[in-house]
Amino acid sequence: MPTMNIIQAVNNALRIQMAAEPKSIILGEDVGKFGGVFRATSGLYDEFGEERVIDTPLAEAGIIGAAIGMAVYGMRPIPEIQFSDFIFPAFDQIVNELAKFRYRSGGQYPCPVVIRTPVGGGIRGGHYHSQSPEALFIHTPGLKVVIPSNPYDAKGMLLASLRQDDPVLFMEPKKIYRASRGEVPEEDYTVELGKAKVVREGNQVTLIAYGAMVSVIEEAAAKAAEIGISCEVIDLRTLMPFDIETITESVSKNGRAVMVHEAPQTCGFGAEVCTSLYERCMAHLEAPIQRVCGFDTPFPYSLEHEYLPNADRVLGAIRKTLEW
Amino acid sequence: MSAVEVAAVEEEDDLRRVIDDDGKVISGASVPKISDEQLHKLFDTMLMVRIIDDRMMRIQRQGKLGFYMKSLGEEATHLSVFPLRDDDWVYPSYREQGAWFWRGLTIEQFLNQLFGNKHDPTKGRQMPVHHSANWLNCVSISSPVGTQIPQAVGTAMGMKASGTDQVAMTFFGEGTSSTGEFHVGMNFAGVSKAPCVFVIRNNGWAISTGTEKQTAAKSFASKAVGYGMPGIRVDGNDILAVIQVANEAVARARRGEGPTLIECVTYRVEGHSSSDDPSVYRNPAEPEAWGPRDPLNRLRGYLKGKRLWTEGMEKDISDRYNDEISKYLKLAEEHGEPDVETLFDDVYQDLPWHLKEQKEYLLSQARTKNPHLHN
Repeated sequence: MPTMNIIQAVNNALRIQMAAEPKSIILGEDVGKFGGVFRATSGLYDEFGEERVIDTPLAEAGIIGAAIGMAVYGMRPIPEIQFSDFIFPAFDQIVNELAKFRYRSGGQYPCPVVIRTPVGGGIRGGHYHSQSPEALFIHTPGLKVVIPSNPYDAKGMLLASLRQDDPVLFMEPKKIYRASRGEVPEEDYTVELGKAKVVREGNQVTLIAYGAMVSVIEEAAAKAAEIGISCEVIDLRTLMPFDIETITESVSKNGRAVMVHEAPQTCGFGAEVCTSLYERCMAHLEAPIQRVCGFDTPFPYSLEHEYLPNADRVLGAIRKTLEW
Repeated sequence: MSAVEVAAVEEEDDLRRVIDDDGKVISGASVPKISDEQLHKLFDTMLMVRIIDDRMMRIQRQGKLGFYMKSLGEEATHLSVFPLRDDDWVYPSYREQGAWFWRGLTIEQFLNQLFGNKHDPTKGRQMPVHHSANWLNCVSISSPVGTQIPQAVGTAMGMKASGTDQVAMTFFGEGTSSTGEFHVGMNFAGVSKAPCVFVIRNNGWAISTGTEKQTAAKSFASKAVGYGMPGIRVDGNDILAVIQVANEAVARARRGEGPTLIECVTYRVEGHSSSDDPSVYRNPAEPEAWGPRDPLNRLRGYLKGKRLWTEGMEKDISDRYNDEISKYLKLAEEHGEPDVETLFDDVYQDLPWHLKEQKEYLLSQARTKNPHLHN
């Protein structure tokens, strides 16, 4: 089985889908000849032609607006927003239009658009190349939100997103675009949306994260194991709809949990996860659920390393749940 | 473009016209080929819009309908859809009733949408006048203006990529030309040579804001230059001129030559909506001045000249529509609101767990009385 990084896995999924579904159209800034600034669409322009891999004018509202028009017409558009920090000019098209098209038309116009966009910090990109705005979109009825943490899931969940009829915001953790490598089958396969993955089993504290933070909680779990603390590691993978069963089961079993994301803490997705867990696991909880998140500041440039959650901070939160 | 030059009028020499205010063909103007049967259908549709507009605003004033928007004086612009085929697509804004009726929306469907009742084709999901009809390729209306422009372009790009000769048409008011989405959509269309026709209804007013506050350009049509497409100004109260320029733009798009911007110069004789009061911000003499240019009266004059109109004929049409409206209005009021369970349908294709939970919760609660019920 070949080894791929996330970029290669995404590229491979796109190639499979473009070949399998003639109605698929990729569009975005620099996605054509250049193959995207992160090279996720590399080679697809030559293979599928300029009518199906479209270098658009530089306007995110146009990219998403046009993708919506293609989707309601019956195409399967796959727009790329170059950085999720650049998604806001398209916010109205995504939140008011794309997400609501099926509902507001009484089910007449499903809108199967899969928006791919790199997300998160850790690349020294400063405020405009580092943010994690997922909560804004999870808070939008009608959208599904997916953030894979490894090449296998990236390919399988992208193909799964492209083969269902709801709009999906597919956020790719850019810090680990190339750093995360693993075995990825060449063939076509899907990984079901809405299912979390227990990455490591443990019986004292449940650690929950998604995207680039999964490797951080894995590292924290390894450090905890060295001092005799057993942690269960859960990769949420899909944030909307998220897998309530898997996390409820784990937290009910362990009675302690730490939620980690790099987006700002207040009203971040962790707030929803924690509340859902309190509603379901209160009788089993031994300590308040801890959150290790980005701070409620704009994303910094020079102090990025201080801003982002790391394994030591997660370990501190693990101790806190045990010592409470 | 010789017709432009020939049909020129004194003060607005770039405005395409075919008939004058009395419905007489202007000397030298070329007249689009329209069969007598189609001329009758055009008159029929414009008259129907006027009748239904009048009836709906009256019942809105009686407190029976939440909201309404009339098109008085702008009815001819709606029929820019005249040259479209059934397999072409339309992205309307909220003031093109005639386009919906021309494409085949029935009075029954129209009224059910206004009432958001259980037979509303959009299941009571939006406030009045936000129609959607996928069987007519007429796309769901959005209230924030301009969002439909890049969407229409995307549909046209999809048509082009699919190798069809279909065309997409989108409508919006002149105020919408100030939005980012207008620029973005026009630019995408120009660059991609999308088979898209943009119809601006320049009715002089964006709620209370006049055209001089929307642009410093010479005309709205002139903006087309910046996007590498033709821009045509047409007398939007002259149904024959409207159809003539629409014919040209649609044919051009169908030939693969790209998009066209049409500015229909017309006038919003009444308020923006049932919630508006134009007496606060404009001189009442202004709408009065537009009276002689009424588009229905001009078409009536043209039909008279061709001996295609009689008073009896118009009365028959009016009676027929009034009866039909009365019949379906009564039913629309009686149908009742959609079942409470439908609140959760169509958010996603399938109901995710959290919506299942919320649905079960709502169904377990006592029903809340609708405080806005009008009967």
